[in-house]
Amino acid sequence: MRPILMLSLLVLLTSSQYALADEVPLNEDAIERGKAIVFARSRGNCLACHAIKGGDLAGNYGPPLLLMKARYPKRADLRSKIWDASVREPTTRMPPYGRHRILTEDEIDLVVDFIHTL
Amino acid sequence: MKKSILSLCLIGGIFSVLPAVAGPEEDRLAMVKYYSDRFPDVPMQEFANGLYAFDQSAREQWIEMEDFPPYEIAIDDGQVLFETPFANGKSYADCFDNGGIGVKQDYPYFDADAGEVVTLELAINQCREANGEKALAYMIGELAEIAAYMAYTSRGNEFAIQVPLDSPGAVAAYSAGKQFFYTRRGQLNFACSSCHIQSAGLNLRADRLSTTLGQATHWPVYRSKWGEIGTIQKRFAECNSQVWAKPLEAQSVEYRNLEYFLSYISNGLELNGPASRR
Ligand code: HEC
Ligand code: HEC
Repeated sequence: MRPILMLSLLVLLTSSQYALADEVPLNEDAIERGKAIVFARSRGNCLACHAIKGGDLAGNYGPPLLLMKARYPKRADLRSKIWDASVREPTTRMPPYGRHRILTEDEIDLVVDFIHTL
Repeated sequence: MKKSILSLCLIGGIFSVLPAVAGPEEDRLAMVKYYSDRFPDVPMQEFANGLYAFDQSAREQWIEMEDFPPYEIAIDDGQVLFETPFANGKSYADCFDNGGIGVKQDYPYFDADAGEVVTLELAINQCREANGEKALAYMIGELAEIAAYMAYTSRGNEFAIQVPLDSPGAVAAYSAGKQFFYTRRGQLNFACSSCHIQSAGLNLRADRLSTTLGQATHWPVYRSKWGEIGTIQKRFAECNSQVWAKPLEAQSVEYRNLEYFLSYISNGLELNGPASRR
């Protein structure tokens, strides 16, 4: 009896974690707020370097941001890239938005919500 | 990115096309090779025209602007200032080789006695002070106009910056300038090389990024955005500010060393200043 309970608890736990990571329907409001930060010149200003659907006058200093969910199945990997790309890529030219506090942690979460929809 | 280039990366996260241990001439040749590989259709002298070397539509506007060059007044005003004697009767011509005509290709140089890099702008103020005149402000105004006239008389001369290998001071100043160039700074965490080497030819928003090779040949520059003529160190300050780094003072030791490095890299290109940029 006990081992079975444990097992089902475990299943419950892992599946809910899985759901948290990938299946919670994203909140439209968060996506819109993230998009506003990404596009604002004085906040993310991501268009300076990346072509992004819905944004104008983009640079090509960095790659176009698309197929993000396919390329970053784990939300945490995408967040880490934006927080500080130099962790994986020492010669990166991408500004470390988290490490250098260019954006707040909350703003980065919103940015990731939006970017993950691309 | 090509493999051969990647393999030249320095440790510490800064991308470099330069061999880790090398003299100025090895550095210059490595830059020439890197940009020739990256822009195979651009003739060498064209790099002296900055982004207009490869941005066709910007180039067309620039050529049109050159019909009535916006820096022309600065050359004329600079000539008048240059030829007007100081209160003591002497003039700028007395301070420079060849009366100050056609000498810009030799600046900056390393003054071994003073133990520092002397840029053309610094030399102009040293001349003034030696003759009892007040120093002028460094980024814009009369000093930039005098430099514009001196640059104009040097057009067509090949950049010939000297970093004597038997002068430890000169080599150290050059190396400090090189290091500044490859050091990340500012909240946005860029080195000069992030933009002008790794990203040369790419767009930051609407700005196509120029190559390090040729960046020093054409100063001072009349920039439409400034609405006036300014010196190269004004541009250094602007490039520092835009990555949210605190710019240094014009003619600080660091900026003079940086200008020494940057100018050496353009050795062999013909001077083409003053110039216009948008
Ligand atoms: C000044 C340039 C610049 C800005 C501004 C910038 N990036 Fe980047 N970014 C890059 C570059 C260059 C890369 C390419 C990879 C590298 O160098 O690490 C990159 C890579 C990325 C990647 C990985 C793309 C891939 O194909 O794997 C993501 C995601 C990303 N950036 C998101 C953002 C977001 C979100 C913002 C704004 C909050 C932003 N970037 C702002 C330059 C920039
Ligand atoms: C974030 C990107 C960025 C960084 C970092 C940067 N620059 Fe620039 N720089 C630009 C842009 C954009 C321009 C205008 C377009 C052009 O001419 O390249 C420019 C222009 C210049 C020019 C004028 C080019 C010309 O043809 O007149 C010089 C010189 C220059 N930069 C030197 C530097 C130096 C030295 C550093 C480091 C201290 C530096 N830049 C760092 C973006 C940058």
